[in-house]
Amino acid sequence: MTVDDEEVRHVAQLARVDLDDEEVERFAGQFAEILEHFEALDEVPKVDPDPELANVMRPDEVEKGLTQEEALRNAPETEDGYFKGPTVS
Amino acid sequence: MSHNAFITEARIEGDGDGPLAGQTVAVKDNISTDGVETTCGSAALEGYVPPYDATVVERLKAAGATIVGKTNMDEFGMGTTTETSAFGPVENPAAEGRVPGGSSGGSAAAVAAGEADLALGSDTGGSVRCPAAFCGVVGIKPTYGLVSRYGLVAYANSLEQIGPLAPNVEAAAELLEVLAGEDPNDATTREPPAEVDTDYAAAADGDISGLTVGVPTELLEGADEGVRSVFEDAIDALESKGATTEAVSLPSVETAVQAYYVIAMSEASSNLARFDGVRYGQSGEGDGNWNESFAAAREIGFGEEVKRRVLLGTYALSAGYHDKYYKKAQDARAWVKQDFDEAFESVDVLASPTMPVPPFERGESLDDPLQMYLADANTVPVNLANLPAISVPAGETDEGPVGLQLVGPAFGEATLIRAGSALA
Repeated sequence: MTVDDEEVRHVAQLARVDLDDEEVERFAGQFAEILEHFEALDEVPKVDPDPELANVMRPDEVEKGLTQEEALRNAPETEDGYFKGPTVS
Repeated sequence: MSHNAFITEARIEGDGDGPLAGQTVAVKDNISTDGVETTCGSAALEGYVPPYDATVVERLKAAGATIVGKTNMDEFGMGTTTETSAFGPVENPAAEGRVPGGSSGGSAAAVAAGEADLALGSDTGGSVRCPAAFCGVVGIKPTYGLVSRYGLVAYANSLEQIGPLAPNVEAAAELLEVLAGEDPNDATTREPPAEVDTDYAAAADGDISGLTVGVPTELLEGADEGVRSVFEDAIDALESKGATTEAVSLPSVETAVQAYYVIAMSEASSNLARFDGVRYGQSGEGDGNWNESFAAAREIGFGEEVKRRVLLGTYALSAGYHDKYYKKAQDARAWVKQDFDEAFESVDVLASPTMPVPPFERGESLDDPLQMYLADANTVPVNLANLPAISVPAGETDEGPVGLQLVGPAFGEATLIRAGSALA
């Protein structure tokens, strides 16, 4: 199993995480080793999972929530009571 | 305080009389506390002050406990040593020069050093049990759904539970009693079946006559010799108090570490997408567009282990790889579940060393992530199967404390507490 720098850069771009060159190189080596280890999953037999899922419902009632001020308190930048983010292009 | 167990020291007083009146509790820093900084051990959340309490924090306050601070942890819970924290590593009060285990290393160290009577941790793949074992204290990972996760900053939702750490089993059981119970704010919480014993503190009576203990051979084979010898002495002690033991086989655990890491990393890659630097946390700064700013915020805010897991999770879920990794990991998870169910048809509890190794020396495992992941071999199967487990101090090697892990069927906490209390 090999992972090249380009693959690491591609997945980092999908995940929206900038990496420096040193990190890319180190991750390429480590990812190869870790993904190689994951290959063992190919040998897992097919098992019928028990359906254990149930819907959990409750009445849709209005409850006290955060105030606008509380919701905005941790934002690095706000404007006129809104979050302010970078340009979406 | 010493040992770097706390990221933030605070004093949040509880409401008068209650089962925890007069007790101090340290809370892991990924559990939201209204008005008190909550960082998850990450630079990405430095300065973040939650506007609400986690349900477990409300329950602590209502029970009269005093919260004394927010404990240091591996960044977002991602680690086995508490060395990936952006706020520096925690020292092990019970083994000088060695790690306290992780990711709830600050919580375990605070209890071991007497800096808090009790502590809360969270356990996604062993993060309560591992530090409990390495610091010589008791830790419980509850059945999935017993304790509310509302206000716990998510790492891998399908695996994690908040759990108690304490100096002995009875104290851990008392704390669990306060934490447990359904919560309308967490739809994954469930009431235990009516026939199940939920008087956890009363269960700590050490009466194990007639208890059958299974020892999975797969979880003993890979263990360090010193750890194994301490474990075998603890098993002898259980037998001398009336338990019977037998070897059992859980072939599915051989691929549990792989399944755990694929699932945890995949869920993490989705959960941590919320850290965009707009609503809270480290900002991407600069004048770029959304994507550039987002990627810059995460480059600055996330440490190396977090980046590694977000990237590998993204890879495992990406087009062309989903069936190979994520889907196979779900099959492996179902297999582990089935294996445990079959084992509990013939035994009451399963016992193994909590960690196959003694506490690592500090810095030892940081350069080799795969080796660190493999150390979780005995704890991750429990999370994959949604089961309860307890780690109790079993003794020591020259390299530090050894924990004994007991695993039970779903909502079998009382049985684990009874069995564990025979040792600690």
